[in-house]
Amino acid sequence: MMSAASRLRANPAAVAALAIIAALIALALIGPWFNPNNIESLDWANVAVPPGLSGAHWFGTDRLGRDLFARTLEGTRMSLMVGLVASIISLTVGIGYGAVAGYVGGRTDHLMMRFIEVLSGLPLIFFVIFLTVIFGRSQYFLFLAIGAVGWLTMARIVRGQTLSIRRREFIEAAVASGASSARIILRHVVPNLLGPVIVYATLTVPQIMLFESFLSFLGLGVQEPHASLGTLIAEGAGEMEAAPWILLVPGIALALLLLSLNILGDGLRDAFDVQER
Amino acid sequence: MNLYLLKRLAGALPTLFIIITAAFFLIRVAPGGPFDQEQALPPEIMANLEAAYGLDQPVWTQYARYMKALAHGDFGPSFKYKDFSVTELIGQGFPVTLELGVIALLLALGIGIPLGILAALRHNSAADYATMSLAVVGIAIPSFVVLPFLGLVFGIRLHWLPVAGWEPGSLRHLALPVIALTLPPLAYVARLTRGSMLEVLRSHYIRTALAKGLPLGTVILRHALRPALMPVASYLAPAVASIMTGSLVVESIAGLPGIGRYLVQGALNRDYTLVMGMVIIYSTLLIVMGLVVDLLYAWLDPRIRFE
Amino acid sequence: MTATLAIENVSVHFDAGDGPRRAAVREVSLAVAPAECVGIVGESGSGKTQLFMAVMGLLRGGARGSGAVRFEGRDILGVPRRDLNRVRGSKLTMIFQDPMTSLTPHLKIGVQLAETLVSHAGLSWQEAERAALQMLERVRVPEAQRRLRQYPHELSGGMRQRVMIAMSLLCEPSLLIADEPTTALDVTVQAQIMDVLRAVRAASRMAMVLISHDLGVVAGLADRILVMYAGRVVESAAAGDLLAGAAHPYTAELLKCVPNLWGPRLARMPSLAGSPPDAKTAERGCAFAPRCPRAAERCRVERPLLRAPEAPTRGHEVACHYPVAATAVTA
Repeated sequence: MMSAASRLRANPAAVAALAIIAALIALALIGPWFNPNNIESLDWANVAVPPGLSGAHWFGTDRLGRDLFARTLEGTRMSLMVGLVASIISLTVGIGYGAVAGYVGGRTDHLMMRFIEVLSGLPLIFFVIFLTVIFGRSQYFLFLAIGAVGWLTMARIVRGQTLSIRRREFIEAAVASGASSARIILRHVVPNLLGPVIVYATLTVPQIMLFESFLSFLGLGVQEPHASLGTLIAEGAGEMEAAPWILLVPGIALALLLLSLNILGDGLRDAFDVQER
Repeated sequence: MNLYLLKRLAGALPTLFIIITAAFFLIRVAPGGPFDQEQALPPEIMANLEAAYGLDQPVWTQYARYMKALAHGDFGPSFKYKDFSVTELIGQGFPVTLELGVIALLLALGIGIPLGILAALRHNSAADYATMSLAVVGIAIPSFVVLPFLGLVFGIRLHWLPVAGWEPGSLRHLALPVIALTLPPLAYVARLTRGSMLEVLRSHYIRTALAKGLPLGTVILRHALRPALMPVASYLAPAVASIMTGSLVVESIAGLPGIGRYLVQGALNRDYTLVMGMVIIYSTLLIVMGLVVDLLYAWLDPRIRFE
Repeated sequence: MTATLAIENVSVHFDAGDGPRRAAVREVSLAVAPAECVGIVGESGSGKTQLFMAVMGLLRGGARGSGAVRFEGRDILGVPRRDLNRVRGSKLTMIFQDPMTSLTPHLKIGVQLAETLVSHAGLSWQEAERAALQMLERVRVPEAQRRLRQYPHELSGGMRQRVMIAMSLLCEPSLLIADEPTTALDVTVQAQIMDVLRAVRAASRMAMVLISHDLGVVAGLADRILVMYAGRVVESAAAGDLLAGAAHPYTAELLKCVPNLWGPRLARMPSLAGSPPDAKTAERGCAFAPRCPRAAERCRVERPLLRAPEAPTRGHEVACHYPVAATAVTA
């Protein structure tokens, strides 16, 4: 664990990415304190003003006079929050499912894996779009729907790892000493999964954030009055010709966020020395 | 080999069936119907509308009718675009989306694979790092961010290419959407090819081929390429899925009259039949891709043919 | 008469990133005369494989060769790939230790055989496949016609090694390097492969280098034997002389380790204590000193040079300060 951390530190790109992510998170959380404008105030006097550090609106305003800096920060906050919650759901389900399948083994495992195979073959994204339409655009459902996209890979990896760990001697020892299955899973299997889980989590989180922005962009994700970066980009795309900054600011923010997450993920993967599939 | 194919086909049909059935019932379960968006209609008119579309029947009857019609290739009428049947809409939009998707896929493979091979051959050189850095960018940044950016630079500022709109047979209008759609899978393919090629080049049989004094090109193309492409073949199905989802966005932004746009519109309008139709089309495409990939595996690695 | 292969002062260095450069091969010189069979014996880590990887231009992973290698008078170490490929695979060929992984899995046997001829001799694919068929029969592969259409995984290990041998003979090489050709095979198959090699040698004027950790394997075929330890040649002699009386303590120990059916029954199999130094260790004195039963103070500080011992048998060279006097070994 420790050697992996030092390897990561030696990777300049990953460190930079980590710094950027931290900066974005910090900005999203405390930025509003520095900005006199809030996301809802409509400044009719300054509609669609381009960015300028001297003026009242650093990053300009949109069609309705809303401060873009504030909106982008809010968007970042939303994207991060939804992304994080959905990721946690996704990872928890994936790890749980995989651990149980790998540990119990036999026919149960076989069935569980067949289920995953079938799901993998489906255009899950379409189904989720489909489902968000059906179940209205409730926030809670959004988390579930987005989380549903990422758990499959994690479940497979965890199951594979669990299978191999299960065969190792110390598990036999634990079983022989009478520990319950649940206990064994929690205290022995899970800690050994840490490496691969971290690695695939780094793949899943950006995937989920991307999906969230995608849905929001299409109008199926985060709803008014909230806006995530995806929503903002959709707005900006409509104003591209007259006021390109409305697109550029959230666009760059999202690109930076996703890029940093991916680079950090690559760095973590190299640090843990897992084979690139 | 044919037995293998038949077995796979036999497995695919039930999957499709399950998808259609699940989708059908799920959408019926949802609160609200396709006509709720309009101003509150008096109940008699609602009843008439529902009867006209068969929505007053018990669910199972609706299902049976739908499946029967489906077997004849009839996807039913669109609930929103009142003058068109879904089949017609699909017929109009599918060629556009297909063109877009096929070009994107071919470009992704045609550029990505050679790029990956070159990066592997120039391992740890500046070219290698440059290519791989670009690849990360391609993978990370979604097409709905890339396309507007491209449009901004090439369309609005430089006036080289049109940003939106479409004319039949016009390549210029497809240029930017295709680029935005191609970038993520291209980046992925390049990375996969490079990693896989590096590994293959370490194999003993490559050492043998080199020891035989064969020219490097022959060693790469005849001995190294096919095993190195295995991960790329695995990636084909996700690649198609990625291009399909990308097309949703790209068509919407660029105003291309493809079926991606219909799916989005249908989703927003709760147009049951339209969305069903789209889901079926996309699912079928993916399943077909899966079969194609299986065939590819067998060609790439003869050992698989014998299983 | 030009030596078929002349290796002059060749060393192979690894750049390991951390710490000093390691050397797998240290200043080795040897020559192979036309039609001669030279056996190279040594433990793993002795550098015997790396030496010939350097000769064939197959070094990888940051390894670099220095010195000079001449094949039939022409320089081949460090030359551009195109020049090397003129002889590599045609006149200068090599077969490897692991037949199970040495053939390309997705190409038919016929293709892998024929492509050598197509590439080097400019034959058409049909002509090349016909020649390949004949060669397969020469190396006694049964049902050769059928084998041509098969894939490597359909053949057994022994058969794959025969295919490898056939592949290396197609262009009538002047020198065949065989790196542990039987190590990965069953004992009975080992004997068969050695028979094939013997037959091939008898039928042509081809020179051969036979690399093995097993002195017994080499003894059956070699005219001359070189013993390597820790990257250096420690003894070089005609096969008969070496087997009759090894001068280097290491070789003597190796000879003791060869099980002898007709000798006295031993309570215990003799083996060499300790293990060879790894490539990272800097040299100080004789590399074998830590394990040598005859080691003295001088051995630890002064590295012995390869030269003919006091009572020289012609062509017998040793790198030792206190070589063993000739003792008879029951054949």
